[in-house]
Amino acid sequence: MTSPEHASPGPFVPSRYRVVDRKTETSDITTLWLEPVDRPIAPYKAGQFNMLTAFGVGEVAISISSAPDAPGPIEHTVRDVGAVSHALASSEIGTVVGLRGPFGTDWGLESLAGHNVVVVVGGIGLAPLRGAMRYLAENPAPDRKVVLRVGARLPDQIVFPEEMERWREMGVDVEVTVDVADADWKGHVGVVTQILTELPFDGAGAVALVCGPEIMMRFSARSLIDLGVSPENIRVSLERNMQCGIALCGHCQLGPFLLCRDGPVVPYAPLAAELITEIER
Amino acid sequence: MEEMSELIAKNSLFAGLPDSTIQLAVGCAQNVTFEPGARILVEGEPADTLYLLRRGRVALQVQRPSGKPLVIETIGPNSVLGWSWLVPPYRWQFDGVAIDPVGAVAIDGTCLRAKADADSVFGYALLQRISGVLLSRLQSTRVRLLDLYGHSLDD
Repeated sequence: MTSPEHASPGPFVPSRYRVVDRKTETSDITTLWLEPVDRPIAPYKAGQFNMLTAFGVGEVAISISSAPDAPGPIEHTVRDVGAVSHALASSEIGTVVGLRGPFGTDWGLESLAGHNVVVVVGGIGLAPLRGAMRYLAENPAPDRKVVLRVGARLPDQIVFPEEMERWREMGVDVEVTVDVADADWKGHVGVVTQILTELPFDGAGAVALVCGPEIMMRFSARSLIDLGVSPENIRVSLERNMQCGIALCGHCQLGPFLLCRDGPVVPYAPLAAELITEIER
Repeated sequence: MEEMSELIAKNSLFAGLPDSTIQLAVGCAQNVTFEPGARILVEGEPADTLYLLRRGRVALQVQRPSGKPLVIETIGPNSVLGWSWLVPPYRWQFDGVAIDPVGAVAIDGTCLRAKADADSVFGYALLQRISGVLLSRLQSTRVRLLDLYGHSLDD
């Protein structure tokens, strides 16, 4: 339910937000801290996304990387890969950007009670799961273990390393692997599925949250299934060309899904497993 | 103290094989340990040992003409280290350097080959298992070639 102070003049009119802080995470990934200039967006859930506008350049879908109930600015982690994301990632403190949202489905944190959780991320995929990870690490439960498996191309492309260390200290079983490293790197070298060969609990009954490029999610889902995780308990985050954010324009259609509304978080089975093996039309 | 046969049977390469088969490997095996930084495999040196890792990790790496060695893969507990003893010219292709304190069962490659030659049932079982591990490593290598994380999520 949208409260009066979040009342919007319409779904296509962005709220103005100011960049109050920024951090360069890697050579092409930046996190922006945003505070409302006037009209804040509605409360969000972990896994949802916003449409961010770089005024004069364009609008792009960016996952929310802060935890839903955390006080303070809302965080977005942006990878600089196109004109809009470049403008956003280059935003200095004080820049005003536009925000519409929140949109889409979430990781369903409330449904994780009593389940062990496996979180598998690749590349910037930790950003959409960062809010969920913060929730899981900060709300430990005696009947729940949390495993985080992270894959990156190179050690300097790992995002949020300090935060992962903090989660490890809070009891999360964290393991990171990279594809290529020199001998200074003391972590694992190999693809992410190589650190998904065993779990510290029975995979049956566990819930897996997976985010990253689709090839990585496909291989990770197969490994999770081999470990006994039910395909129905694997949730993946899919993205397409999100534009309107409210399931009107159809740009983000994938099979029966309009991913801005029915995604980005969808169950791996029965549909997503087939859809992410199809060539996008 | 665990028996050598138990240690061998725990490793994924031998798990589930009949005790008679495992006993053939026991005759070629000994316990070894390595300190962090120890070069367990040395590129170009004769390859004569199959290591069943019990604890610790080993970095498979190659020395570059300049700069630090490049790590190709990390091998962890319950995995198998070293294949070059299996086929001529029996020389290590990469360096294997202990990252942590490493404990392993070292199986003499010449001894193992001789037993596989003499007992075709044992030899076939061994090669079947080795093929499975090699296939898994090959598939992982192929997946890495895909550059899994190189695709954008947000644009």
